[in-house]
Amino acid sequence: MLSVQNLHVYYGHIHALKGISLEINAGEIVALIGSNGAGKTTTLATLSGLLRPREGHIHFEGRDLTRLPVYQIVQLGIVHCPEGRQVFTRLSVTENLRLAASHRTDHTNVARDLEHVHHLFPILAKRRNQPAGTLSGGEQQMLAIGRAIMSRPRLLLLDEPSLGLAPMIVEMIFGVIASLRRDGVTILLVEQNAYRALQLADRAYVMETGHIKASGPSRALADDPAVKAAYLGG
Amino acid sequence: MVTPSYIAQQLINALNIGSIYALVAIGLTVVYGILRLINFAHGDMMTIGAYVALTAVTALAMPAVAALLVAMLVVSALGVLIERLAYRPLRGAPEVAMLITSLAISSLIENGATMTLTAQPRPVRLAAELTQRVNALGLSFAVMDVLIIVLAVGLMIALTLFVRRTTLGIAMRACSENVRITQLMGINVNRVIAVAFAISAGLAAAAGVLWTGKFGIVDPFTGFLPGLKAFVAAVIGGIGNIPGAMLGGYLLGFAEVFFVAFMPPEVSGYRDAFVFVLLLVVLLVRPTGLLGAHEVNRA
Repeated sequence: MLSVQNLHVYYGHIHALKGISLEINAGEIVALIGSNGAGKTTTLATLSGLLRPREGHIHFEGRDLTRLPVYQIVQLGIVHCPEGRQVFTRLSVTENLRLAASHRTDHTNVARDLEHVHHLFPILAKRRNQPAGTLSGGEQQMLAIGRAIMSRPRLLLLDEPSLGLAPMIVEMIFGVIASLRRDGVTILLVEQNAYRALQLADRAYVMETGHIKASGPSRALADDPAVKAAYLGG
Repeated sequence: MVTPSYIAQQLINALNIGSIYALVAIGLTVVYGILRLINFAHGDMMTIGAYVALTAVTALAMPAVAALLVAMLVVSALGVLIERLAYRPLRGAPEVAMLITSLAISSLIENGATMTLTAQPRPVRLAAELTQRVNALGLSFAVMDVLIIVLAVGLMIALTLFVRRTTLGIAMRACSENVRITQLMGINVNRVIAVAFAISAGLAAAAGVLWTGKFGIVDPFTGFLPGLKAFVAAVIGGIGNIPGAMLGGYLLGFAEVFFVAFMPPEVSGYRDAFVFVLLLVVLLVRPTGLLGAHEVNRA
């Protein structure tokens, strides 16, 4: 579904991604793990078009994305749910959700998706007219994921969905991610909680300072002594 | 001297001037909200609007309302064109590059108008129905005075509905929070920015037509001072905030008119200085303006 070859990305003079290659197949959950500064967020931002690679290619179902504007990449079905939630704090919950679906023309499905989001996260229905800035951190993360659902993702790029959330909320979010996969959404998941990520994902890539250090089925990586020592606390 | 009817007259006057400042300030604030651009060429959109309307009335014998609409449409299109040619290539450049560009555009328009239209002020003569004075409730006012307030308030209501109710309006507000993330919602932000410029320039044109209609004169620098005052109004209200721009506009209109009305004649010449002192005082007490929110980190 998505194929990335030899991606090089720079921030000014800083060489942030040094030749990343990865593959994602339809229906998979693929995790991207690694320590802070390894380039996980940069990878997602490049896939969604927020950053432009200096070298390398990104193909989505055979189509080269490296020159497409961000909004067209979203319209192809690659939806990026960014780190730190990034909801529009001055817009209401409903406005946030509505905005994310505004490029769609399948209006009956939009209405159904909104119901689905309210079903997954009943608190969002309750707070629909509140400014998103008044929501708690966990509720904002629910809204961020709800927003992504409203964009009708085929490939969902999820950046640190559990960061800074209470354990109960984390359980809920991971449950929703699993249910999205059952609905046919392919997911690329960036997580600092490598243990949880490997539990959920089919395959994973381990990143270190701009390189892919290791890759393989999640179970194999979880048993790999080097990965265990570096990312799973021994 | 200070009779109730004198105060009432000043009230009408203040509502007039305030309405116009508010219209101009909204345009500044809408563009600033999204691009962080202080558009120095904004006042010049008033000037162009006024000239277009004047031409429509004198050369094409259009009725005043049609001329106003034509001026708004022409200047809206011009605003979009300027954005496309001058600001879009600077997307991603430091904000100061856009600011200097807007100064250049302003200078281009003012000097271009001086060269082609001459600096000679032209009279703006309104139809008799508009200058006709109405006596009601012990007050005497021109039809034009009422029209200015009604039109300005109507435009502000329309804008508010647009920004609250329509998807494009919601996208504009989203952009003023975070352009990057708005793109991730599948929204073509270039289109949103173009619409913001169209609205901004169109409202300035309307304000220019009303302003020159009220004062009866237009020259290539007509928009300069009201443009500057509107900037003060936008900052007082909290720049980037649309209701703030409206509030700031009316506040400034009232402050200015009542300063002149109640200060001794030898002081009233300091009207413009007073406006800037008012700005300083407001910013000392509330650095983000009256309705301004704290700047959220946009990184």
